[in-house]
Amino acid sequence: MNQEHIASAFDRDLEGIQARIMKMGGLVEQAILDSAQALETRDQELADKVRANDKTIDELEDLLNEEAARVIALRAPTAVDLRVILSVMRISANLERIGDLAKNLAKRNAVLMTMPAISGASSQLRRMSRDVQIMLKDALDAYIQRDDALARDVIERDIDVDQMYNTLFREFLTFMLEDPRNITPCMHLHFIAKNVERMGDHVTSVAEQVVFLVTGEKPDEPRKKEDVTSSDAGLSASS
Amino acid sequence: MYDVPNTTQETVVTDVKIKAKDVQVYYGDNHAIKDVSVEIENNTVTAFIGPSGCGKSTFLRCINRMNDTIDVCRVEGDILIDGEDIYDKRIDPVQLRAKVGMVFQKPNPFPKSIYDNVAYGPKIHGMSRNKAELDDIVERALRRGAIWDEVKDRLDAPGTGLSGGQQQRLCIARAIATEPEVLLMDEPCSALDPIATAQVEELIDELRQNYAVVIVTHSMQQAARVSQKTAFFHLGNLVEYGDTPKIFTNPEDSRTESYITGRIG
Repeated sequence: MNQEHIASAFDRDLEGIQARIMKMGGLVEQAILDSAQALETRDQELADKVRANDKTIDELEDLLNEEAARVIALRAPTAVDLRVILSVMRISANLERIGDLAKNLAKRNAVLMTMPAISGASSQLRRMSRDVQIMLKDALDAYIQRDDALARDVIERDIDVDQMYNTLFREFLTFMLEDPRNITPCMHLHFIAKNVERMGDHVTSVAEQVVFLVTGEKPDEPRKKEDVTSSDAGLSASS
Repeated sequence: MYDVPNTTQETVVTDVKIKAKDVQVYYGDNHAIKDVSVEIENNTVTAFIGPSGCGKSTFLRCINRMNDTIDVCRVEGDILIDGEDIYDKRIDPVQLRAKVGMVFQKPNPFPKSIYDNVAYGPKIHGMSRNKAELDDIVERALRRGAIWDEVKDRLDAPGTGLSGGQQQRLCIARAIATEPEVLLMDEPCSALDPIATAQVEELIDELRQNYAVVIVTHSMQQAARVSQKTAFFHLGNLVEYGDTPKIFTNPEDSRTESYITGRIG
């Protein structure tokens, strides 16, 4: 439905809010890429930039929440307009969380730089982050184009991210068993991997909001957990 | 928004009070209501919404045969209340209107005392044997109309001397004095201030315990607030009929969505 409202100011409000969520999304995508790159290239300057930019992301979230509240109070949105506002509020919360996780990644970078590198780990983490960033880009494209098929595709792709995390989890375990001196860096790297995996979950949540926005319903089945590597059951099996 | 074939989906309705089937209304050559079939539930507030001239008031007026008073108006199809065809020749429209009360857009108290305004209906329908019984009926109606406390000390004062909101509640009390089973309300709050509107809406919700209430309103927010079922009319068609929360969060028909979200249609 691309018709315009009779009250054109309402359209301007909604467009403004959606432009802002796109801007926020762009900043968060950049934060994911930069934090992963800083990790691989051991670039503390870039990591510091990620930490500094997180403030802007947080401010955008506050602004979006204020605007959403204002539209609810003044325009009493219904149907698709209401879903736009609800989804914007939830998506901005997800984006803010992803931004925080990227910031945490950048913080750990400073610690990791003082330790010997774990071979292969940072490039794998970067690939994983890259995948999450592309998922986020597609989820945001799906939002703007009201494309629920693309959003469902993003939800499916989170399985790959989970698998990458499980693989890294096993690798870090092996490294730590081989040499106890690896434990500190591997613990940090594991938290990073977990954070990226969490970013994927937040992106999935954004994609679910797109499906809700377009269809008015939540996507059907929650995905089943197939790999139990990182769960308690998996741990006890491998010990 | 264009005139596309009517594809109203089935709505689950239990305890049907009013059943309309293939209703057509013509004003002369003008086909005002096209093929409207709807089942209205008992003890439920049903809201009719739609742009001006969409036929919602016309349809409402069919339910107590108010359209009989318009010469050029022709009604076809069946409207049944409790399974009884109200357009049957044996039905007396006056008796029907005692059973199906109506409240109008503008408060229209009779130029009589507050007491007589309410007592008039019960009197002509012979509902009381003596003054004491009539007093009871009047008091009960005014109490249910949520206006008793404001007028109990001046029942002899003229009804027209009340404020707009009080007048409207007096008219509602008058409508329910004859113990109707269905209450039709044609934009009952459009001439009222927000406080009086809130009082009338509160009253509508209470009346639902005893009646099937059908309300025509131009205020989408009011429809959302007071009704359990909503019917959207457009160009004489019933476009969509369903549970109010569904209509206002995720309507099926794009015309409904355009209308309730305030888009050009």
